[in-house]
Amino acid sequence: MTDTAQDMLPSGPAVKGKLSRDDIIMRGSMIIIALYLVVSLVFPLYAMLSKSFSTYRVELSQYEFQVSNEAGRFDGTILTGAELNARTNTFADADLSTGADGRLPVTGFFPDFSFRSPVMYQIRNTTDTGRFLIGSNLQTGTDWVTLDSNTFRRVQLRPVKAQGLDNFVSYFSTPALFNSIKNSLWIAVLSTVVTVSLAFWFAYALNRSCMKYKGVFRLIAMAPILVPSLLPGIALVYLFGNQGMIKELLFGASIYGPIGIVIGSVFFTFPHAFIIISTALAISDARLYEAAASLRSSPWRTFWTVTVPGARYGLISAAFVVFNLVITDFGLPKVIGGQFNVLAVDIYKQVIGQQNFEMGAVVSVVLVIPAILAFAIDRLVQSKQVALLSARSVPYEPQPNKKMDRIFFAYCTLIGIFIAGLLAVCQFAALIKFWPYDLSLSLNNYQFDRMDGGGWGSYVNSIKLALMTAVAGTAVVFFGAYLVEKSKGFRTGRALFQMFAMLPMAIPGMVLGLAYIFFFNNPANPLNAIYGTMAILVVCTVTHFYTVSHLTAVTALKQMDREFESVAASLKQPTMKLFARVTVPVCLPAVLDISIYLFVNAMTTVSAVVFLYSPKTTLASIAVLNMDDAGDIAPAAAMGMMIFYTNALARIIHLLASRGILKKTQAWRSR
Amino acid sequence: MLQMIPPKETYLSIRDLWKAFGSFIALKDISLDVKEGEFICFLGPSGCGKTTLLRAIAGLDLQTKGTVTQGGQDVSNLPPSERDFGIVFQSYALFPNLTIEKNIAFGLENAGRSKAEITARVRELLELVGLPDQGRKYPAQLSGGQQQRIALARAIATNPGLLLLDEPLSALDAKVRVHLRHEIKELQRKLGVTTIMVTHDQEEALAMADRIVVMNHGVIEQVGSPTEIYREPANLFVADFIGEMNQIGSSVAKGGRLAVGEKTFACLPHGLADGTPVIAAVRPEDVIPHEAGYLETSGNRNCIDVQLAEMEFLGSFWRCRLTNKRFGGKELIADFSINAVRRLGLEAGCQMEIELPDNRLMAFPVAGGEGAKQ
Ligand SMILES: Nc1ncnc2c1ncn2[C@@H]1O[C@H](COP(=O)(O)OP(=O)(O)OP(=O)(O)O)[C@@H](O)[C@H]1O
Ligand SMILES: [Mg+2]
Repeated sequence: MTDTAQDMLPSGPAVKGKLSRDDIIMRGSMIIIALYLVVSLVFPLYAMLSKSFSTYRVELSQYEFQVSNEAGRFDGTILTGAELNARTNTFADADLSTGADGRLPVTGFFPDFSFRSPVMYQIRNTTDTGRFLIGSNLQTGTDWVTLDSNTFRRVQLRPVKAQGLDNFVSYFSTPALFNSIKNSLWIAVLSTVVTVSLAFWFAYALNRSCMKYKGVFRLIAMAPILVPSLLPGIALVYLFGNQGMIKELLFGASIYGPIGIVIGSVFFTFPHAFIIISTALAISDARLYEAAASLRSSPWRTFWTVTVPGARYGLISAAFVVFNLVITDFGLPKVIGGQFNVLAVDIYKQVIGQQNFEMGAVVSVVLVIPAILAFAIDRLVQSKQVALLSARSVPYEPQPNKKMDRIFFAYCTLIGIFIAGLLAVCQFAALIKFWPYDLSLSLNNYQFDRMDGGGWGSYVNSIKLALMTAVAGTAVVFFGAYLVEKSKGFRTGRALFQMFAMLPMAIPGMVLGLAYIFFFNNPANPLNAIYGTMAILVVCTVTHFYTVSHLTAVTALKQMDREFESVAASLKQPTMKLFARVTVPVCLPAVLDISIYLFVNAMTTVSAVVFLYSPKTTLASIAVLNMDDAGDIAPAAAMGMMIFYTNALARIIHLLASRGILKKTQAWRSR
Repeated sequence: MLQMIPPKETYLSIRDLWKAFGSFIALKDISLDVKEGEFICFLGPSGCGKTTLLRAIAGLDLQTKGTVTQGGQDVSNLPPSERDFGIVFQSYALFPNLTIEKNIAFGLENAGRSKAEITARVRELLELVGLPDQGRKYPAQLSGGQQQRIALARAIATNPGLLLLDEPLSALDAKVRVHLRHEIKELQRKLGVTTIMVTHDQEEALAMADRIVVMNHGVIEQVGSPTEIYREPANLFVADFIGEMNQIGSSVAKGGRLAVGEKTFACLPHGLADGTPVIAAVRPEDVIPHEAGYLETSGNRNCIDVQLAEMEFLGSFWRCRLTNKRFGGKELIADFSINAVRRLGLEAGCQMEIELPDNRLMAFPVAGGEGAKQ
């Protein structure tokens, strides 16, 4: 009973715990949700990555030909495809690098070819990997095949698949493509600087001044979250487009291009920057200001030595979030980018326009790099901010200052007009009969069934998608977060799960959507059946917005007493009973937050689903894009505003429901 | 100490238990037997491994090595849900969205009891913990002490064979604490449930426990009844940690006596070789005051002359600081009764003599290594 016992753990195996039924259920469920993430995220990304390295090339040297004389006799001369091509110059080198579906006819090798001639041809592969088509029959053997002229013209050579950097090489040797990198970075940086500066002063005014109507300004600042990112583009077209209301203000510059993208980006990223900076300002410590005041520091000096450093994590984090939003955004540059190419639109053009899936994959890989970097830096910064939050600090109480309050009020009004104004323009455009010739009001633009894009059906589909995403997504995300937070042991499994849960945020929507094509549209994939259905849209949307939801759930769960599970186990009650009776009710506010977040995003998302919808599952947000593309701009604006009103209504219902449910089920919160 | 024949069966038995967190070893070779119906306290400074040991017993954090046997069954690797215990945490971990009744009933459900049985049992428990009319309230509407009692009621609702309490009183203010101490002890006696309580408050342990397990740095320093622990500390750590203890540098002289300067004292047997440097230890309340010159008249060789440097009135006794250059610059602290002070006319600055009774004076090896006495 003294500590003479040696301090070394005796050798031999450690005690291995027997798993309880609950442990098994929880681990099993966790594995299922992790598998969901693997299937809906990791596999598709892998498929995309491998696609970007897949090259398809017709190897002419792998084919041999013989030609007979008019009497059908072969003299034994054998020529390879390469020799024939060298002689005839039928194909340039670039023609030989094709896509997965590439086919090359061979009659060009024989200048005298006529399909009516009695000349016979023989062809064979020289290797087992060689492939060519006769009509639609694939020939893979190395035996000679004898064909008459009429059949010979139906021979087509097929490319051989290989792994390599060729796609990247051709990407970086095509200025039209790699210029987009510069464009994207430039736009993202510029938008970030503008948005973060504007949002900082806006947040500063709301946190540090005594001006009036703060609530109204806060509400207006949040409005852009409720609309697709391409909606401001449509408003800008109405304002500054070729027949714009106030296009003179641009002094001849065109809104189609960087100017339009930056203004629109400021609009749709403003709320994100505002929330982050506002939080950072709200937690800064009043005691520092008192100290500065007692040192007779000038307000300007205090601003630079206290305010800015206090909010620096917020500023940095906001900057990276905005950067990420802009560089990965597809809808806005699609609508207002004009000839100005950016990465996200390039992916779309390569895939939808040119059907060049390999190049789409290459651009995706290029786009993922800055997105992941921005994401990683943001996570790093946010983990520091949490440490700041937990320190005990005294909230700052602003003092009235007539002059400053008035300046801030004027500033916020300007921002408010910018945001509310763009929305008002859209609504106005939707109600005008035919801008700019007939300004009478009408509801013609709401007859979506007469336009491209799927009509009112798209709107109904969007609501279906949003509801299903909210319900299924919230269930999966919250349950998954619970399992990973509260199950015991199983360290590696939990760490892996956390990693999978963080990954979606770093993956741009366009990339995710394209990856889904590669993975799910593969006939060999047993999950191929969900391709083109609503199910794949739900899966894609839940995965796309997984991370923020997961973090919300984890934050709420961390506030629960760590010992609830221990108590339940000691009372021999199943953990799932605890989950249903205690965890979910106590975390209900977070659960509701997750569901409204998923709902709103499912309504507005364009980038991932643009590759995945089918004629039966067109969506409202996609309809906006397609109607705009088809020149039906007013109906596009009308549909965009329908999304806005739907989301606004959803938020109001969410607010009322939260209040009602909280009042009823959370009586325990009040003492 | 001599092991007496246990009056009751051993209920819980821990053998050679180790716990490692990575390379850090939190528990080293712990062995302990707990008898049926006993109230045991784990006592020790913060971070010594009390909670870790408790959680290993519960199966909440499995030990790395060693066995735990409960009620004759080897439960070493069983999950908590397959063991038989009730537990109260420092935070109480009451379910905030369930009423007090539902909290207590939580563990009674799905065990084949009828609704009426459950209601009756809940009422019985509420009465047992003295809160019969609080059943409809939510935990947040109760005071800390009340919440604590509800947590206790919930833990004993299913009549577990073992009750585990991890610092159940530490979140309460002093007065409520003393009150609840008695209530818990009373309840435990009434139910006869084997109980292990973790605490770092020695007063709590001394007042409540049948036996105290004193822990330090992941090892058990001593196990014994409160009086044993207090009267016969096994080593300097225990002596110092429980109650107050004067420590005077000394060495072993002929016949096992303790040499302080050129003076030697008779002391409790210690079995250490002559010349070993030791700490002579005596509790303040064991020092007996005498008038100057007492040694001469009585011939009691365990007396020494001191100067009373300072005295402080603490209500029921006087706390006195005594100096003598043989103490090596240290002061000896002694608690004298009001009576004695009046009788001997003691006042600050006066010369006096004190006796360090040979049946109270203890010797411990300096480095704290080997236990001093058997
Ligand atoms: N999960 C863990 N990982 C690593 N070290 C741990 C862990 N839990 C406990 N420890 C370490 O083990 C030692 C014992 O911890 P334990 O909680 O048992 O102490 P304690 O005696 O209960 O202290 P207190 O009185 O402060 O509650 C401490 O040094 C602690 O830092
Ligand atoms: Mg502890």
